[in-house]
Amino acid sequence: MTADNGRHAGMPAGDEPMPRGALADLRVIELAHERSAFAGKLFADMGADVILVEPPGGDAMRTYPPFLEDIPGAEHSLAFWHYHTSKRGIVLDLEREDGRAAFRRLVAGADVLIESEEPGRLEALGLEFTALQREHPRLITVSMAPFARNGPRAREQTTDLTLLAGGGPAWSCGYDDHTLPPVRGGGNQGYQTGCHYAFLGALTALLYRDRTGRGQHIDVDMHAAQNITTEAGSYTWLVAEQTVQRQTGRHAGVNPSPQSQVQCADGRWVTTGFPGRRGDDYRRLLGWLEEAGLLGEFVEAPLLELGTQHDRLDLSRIAVDDEVRAIFGAARSALVFLASRLPAYDFFTGGQSRNFQVGIIYSPEEVLEDPHFIARGFPVRVPHPELGRAFTYPGAPYLFHGSPWKIQRRAPLLGEHTEEVLREVGAGAAAG
Amino acid sequence: MASKALEHIRICDFTGQLAGAGATKYLAAFGAQVIRIEDPTNEGRWDILRGQQPFKDERQGINLGGSFNNHNTEKLGITLNLRTERGRELIRELVAISDVVSENFAAGVFDRLGLSYEDLRKIRPDIIYVSNCGFGHSGPYVNFKTWGPIVQAVSGLTFSSGLPEQPPAGWGYSYMDHTGGYYMAMAIMMAIHHRNVTGEGQWVDMSCTEAGASLNGPAMLDYTVNGRRLRRAGMPNSNRNQSPPMAPHGIYPAEGDDNWIAIACRNEDDWQALCSVVAEPWTADARFVDLTTRLAHEDELDEHVAAWTRARERFATAAALQAAGLPATAVQRPEERVDHDADTAEWGLWPTAHHTEMGDVRVDGLAVHLSESDWEITRGAACLGEHNEYVFGELLGVSPAELRSMKEEGVV
Repeated sequence: MTADNGRHAGMPAGDEPMPRGALADLRVIELAHERSAFAGKLFADMGADVILVEPPGGDAMRTYPPFLEDIPGAEHSLAFWHYHTSKRGIVLDLEREDGRAAFRRLVAGADVLIESEEPGRLEALGLEFTALQREHPRLITVSMAPFARNGPRAREQTTDLTLLAGGGPAWSCGYDDHTLPPVRGGGNQGYQTGCHYAFLGALTALLYRDRTGRGQHIDVDMHAAQNITTEAGSYTWLVAEQTVQRQTGRHAGVNPSPQSQVQCADGRWVTTGFPGRRGDDYRRLLGWLEEAGLLGEFVEAPLLELGTQHDRLDLSRIAVDDEVRAIFGAARSALVFLASRLPAYDFFTGGQSRNFQVGIIYSPEEVLEDPHFIARGFPVRVPHPELGRAFTYPGAPYLFHGSPWKIQRRAPLLGEHTEEVLREVGAGAAAG
Repeated sequence: MASKALEHIRICDFTGQLAGAGATKYLAAFGAQVIRIEDPTNEGRWDILRGQQPFKDERQGINLGGSFNNHNTEKLGITLNLRTERGRELIRELVAISDVVSENFAAGVFDRLGLSYEDLRKIRPDIIYVSNCGFGHSGPYVNFKTWGPIVQAVSGLTFSSGLPEQPPAGWGYSYMDHTGGYYMAMAIMMAIHHRNVTGEGQWVDMSCTEAGASLNGPAMLDYTVNGRRLRRAGMPNSNRNQSPPMAPHGIYPAEGDDNWIAIACRNEDDWQALCSVVAEPWTADARFVDLTTRLAHEDELDEHVAAWTRARERFATAAALQAAGLPATAVQRPEERVDHDADTAEWGLWPTAHHTEMGDVRVDGLAVHLSESDWEITRGAACLGEHNEYVFGELLGVSPAELRSMKEEGVV
């Protein structure tokens, strides 16, 4: 069961027309690159007319698995499908003069340009973005570079892995066992974090242009983006010159913290969080143990009983007060015990409904099957007319009630809109 | 004439922690006037970071929290007790002169304060209201509570970060507090643009778990299209690369204690470059002749690479590999990337903010530079009620005498 694409619980239904996305008045030109693909998607799913410019033969991402039915092919890459929703796609050969001429026609009608080319390429083609911006004062141009575009590390080679490893996140992620390597968080988060800043920067420039009529150039430093997305990793050094150390499934810290992940009766994992400090919290824990038929097996139950006699534990005394330490320890143990004896989903919903902040560790696909995400319309159906089928995609990161997020169409086939777009800008159709 | 991009925007800001405060930190750095409202009855402790470690020196106190300062630079801070009649009146006056109202309370809290979207639009019809909480303001989990690690767990991000045969490694910090804040800032700016175009305000209901779930698209499509779950034997294996496949690709040990180097061979050129730097016989082994065979023998390949890197200093190794043209980097410690990284220094990534009580403290800057209307961070977080006189006196016209009596009555 999935919601109509882009329509969410609580939004207008029936006869009311769907309002347009918040960026429906914008045209964005995106030079295809894996580093910047997600930035274009953020625009496109909010209604912007994003034109993806691919080289002859197509963007490299078309060769990335996984593929539809595991069969490689330019129209089969699910990575490409995801990162290029809602865009139109054209093929231009920027190595040829007619390709560059067509690109300049496109630029003249655009609001935003996005690129993440290798250093020097656009200069060599006469398409350097700051120069294009000077020619078109309303234009907002965005250059996404792994390091400061003209800075000391500009020529270093990078991937998502090396950005996350060099920029700070990996230092904080991994296991208590430090013979295991630091871990890169999965899912291209290094690139996506860079794209979040590209999009933020472009929106900032857009609001400035709304007021002044003037565009400008934006530089994104993707290494910098990782560096300031590490929470305590950076500020603990900045403020106190201390170094956090990675721990399994919980915040890296200067000092070790208690385990928080438990494997449940069904083999899945949960995160147990904080058991609370009030007598009422311990009453609810006892009630939960009893309802689950586990009270008799939980040997620390008398300590929880003792806890119910407190209005509120003074946790600042935990190091010096044996009773506080014993009660709080029993409360932590109760959550771990419940988690180890219940299926993960029962622990999650049972704990949350009793006001304990606990979480189930879902695999990404399991989110799409969760009743809450379904009720809010997160999974959306996207038609693929070329296949005569429709598929479920991940949905909106934010629910706009007046100008909604929506996947306008599936990712473009290679060159699908070349003629259409070039006709619109009067550039003919031969440039590809 | 250069000016700040958002200096015309005023935000009536109830956010805290990082998931909310991070959003308005971004906007404040570009000149938005962010007025942060705190509860005087508990010294703003709803934001648990206020007054929390790290501390700059031996002093501790409600105004001296290092992370709170980091996330609240360039904002104004006022105290206002919304349980008093006068407090409720003043907040309505502030909403009436604001473009945006932002909050990241648990769902329902704002309604109970009498500040639902319907209430807000009666005060100002084109108001923009952006709420951000763990599960949003509707649905079966509307009353569930979260913090960063729970958002990451439920959205799939914890699971997808890890090594085979190990528990989830997850994220060693609240990645989704940062990123939830980014999405909240995006939502605010897009809603302002929409208002600029149409004249209409709106409510944006942000669920941080939905924002998190939107960050694992290809893994989700592999399931919905091909029926293949990420929860399967041998997965996840997030130090390797599946899309596109690369080998070798990973984080390998280096000389010294807990030192590591990341190396990625994107293609045959990178592999040949690696072989030329390593210059050991195993690189010519038939098992490693092309990507297909390297993937088929990835464990053995990684053992060879690790044996080579383990004996070598990681920065020198990374430099040698970069000189040969392939992506490699030391896994940097905080000190290394903050104090000894030519890129972050060149970028100006760690500006010094002046805090009234803490003095000068370095903070996280931003990863963008705008050519005409760039950000600036020079002012630290506000102490409790630091801007009461300016906001109540100059913006809302409260007389000094009334402000004094409001203080005595516990309104501010």
